[in-house]
Amino acid sequence: MVPFAGFSMPLSYGDVGAVASHHHVRTSAGLFDVGHMVQSNFRGATATAFLEWLTPSSLSVLAPFSSTLSVLLNERGGIIDDTVITKHADDAFYVVTNAGRRERDLAWFRAKLAEWNASEHAAAGKVALEVLEDWGLLALQGPEAAQYLQNLTTFDLTTLTFGRSAFVPVKGTKLHVARGGYTGEDGFEISIPPAQTEEIAALLSKSPVQLTGLGARDSLRLEAGMCLYGQDLDEDTTPVEAGLTWVIGKDRRETGGFIGAEGVLKHLKDGPPRRRVGMIVEGAPARQGAKIFAPSSSDLVGVVTSGIPSPTLGKNIAMGYVESGWHKKGTEVEVEVRNKLRKAVLTPMPFAPTRYYRG
Amino acid sequence: MFSAFRQVSRPAAFAVRAAHRPSVGAFRVASFARTLVTVRYTEDHEAVKFDDSTGTGTVYITDYAQSSLGDVVFVELPTEGTEVSKGDQIGAVESVKAASDIYAPISGTVAEVNAGLADQPGLLNKSPEDKGWLCKIKVKDASEIESLLTEDAYKKHCES
Repeated sequence: MVPFAGFSMPLSYGDVGAVASHHHVRTSAGLFDVGHMVQSNFRGATATAFLEWLTPSSLSVLAPFSSTLSVLLNERGGIIDDTVITKHADDAFYVVTNAGRRERDLAWFRAKLAEWNASEHAAAGKVALEVLEDWGLLALQGPEAAQYLQNLTTFDLTTLTFGRSAFVPVKGTKLHVARGGYTGEDGFEISIPPAQTEEIAALLSKSPVQLTGLGARDSLRLEAGMCLYGQDLDEDTTPVEAGLTWVIGKDRRETGGFIGAEGVLKHLKDGPPRRRVGMIVEGAPARQGAKIFAPSSSDLVGVVTSGIPSPTLGKNIAMGYVESGWHKKGTEVEVEVRNKLRKAVLTPMPFAPTRYYRG
Repeated sequence: MFSAFRQVSRPAAFAVRAAHRPSVGAFRVASFARTLVTVRYTEDHEAVKFDDSTGTGTVYITDYAQSSLGDVVFVELPTEGTEVSKGDQIGAVESVKAASDIYAPISGTVAEVNAGLADQPGLLNKSPEDKGWLCKIKVKDASEIESLLTEDAYKKHCES
């Protein structure tokens, strides 16, 4: 057990090692207790416009019961948090944010809501925030996840493709189920009212599903090329630098109109000074903080933000930031690990192919 | 005496557990030579098994260390022939999640490294003391061994 964002969380369960646990999710199915994450509802007639002010996403054109990765931006365009936003209707959104950013995010939401509701933007109706305190959130992930969940519900999961969500009946309760996750595998994130969380967790963790800890969660997400807030993203990084330009709606790249737009649009127009990249490192795994140099020189060109020996690839994978110009795939660099320079080659992410269900 | 012999012949998993018992393991008699094998520990959860007939200490991580680390997937070892001083960082043991540095528990010259760990780093978990040894150091000053922790002192360190 390790402390994590105010929770005590398991790195692994029982005597299943982190590597075996990782492989189990890639080949079968694993269940992650991610109830520490912050689940919120935004409701109100101007909810779409409010969230389009807080994020650069095109939520007005997002289909109902669809989700998108998004970012909360500060006034400079730096990322306050990354988040998954699910639209239920123009006036109803379900938002999941990081536990480690709980205080910052909720204070930000509340301050911006007060500002919004007091302004003429809210003339057509105010927006209310409801934090789903103590609700459970379970992520069932892996190639056998869909078959397992299908056996527990009458809902036809073949109709639920990646990025879609639905209220799915399980044990007489309709649970919010979003298809997606943080592993690169097919899977589901299931939101559960407090009273039923334990019962549903027990139901979802029978063979072949294995309970999966934080250790495997980190290695799986990194193989999938996904960011961990606090390591790969922070308030001094714009989504353009972070390789998350795709979360910025096409219309919004012109019109802006969101908090932090000036900084973001400048990076879009002029190019960002540095970019998030993936790399494969020879010799030894490069970890967070390892310096990246131009080959055979002492020119510092970047820094590693996450790195592991990849259980799936058997290679040392890492992500980090390098100066623009050094970011193209195939570029050779050197990474310092324990005072020795190790060769590394910039490699497109995801490192392990994603296997989402797209119908 | 008999108990010491039996312990030596046990499978590695048992030997590791035996290492935690207070009264055995620190000294033992091997074959016919009058050889003293001394095991001492460091606060960084390494152990060195010193054989006074060869003047060589075999360095390994303790069972406590391997179980705290979890699955070891990568081991970096020093180059044979390297001169090391006590406390020098000489390599690393890595799980998927984290890297732990290996420090030289004693001063001397790296005589041999366990090449088998390159292909089978998991030996560190399965058999930290025996098959998963890290390196052998030709010890410069045998008295340095005595400055390390005894088994009892190491156990207290782990519990504190």
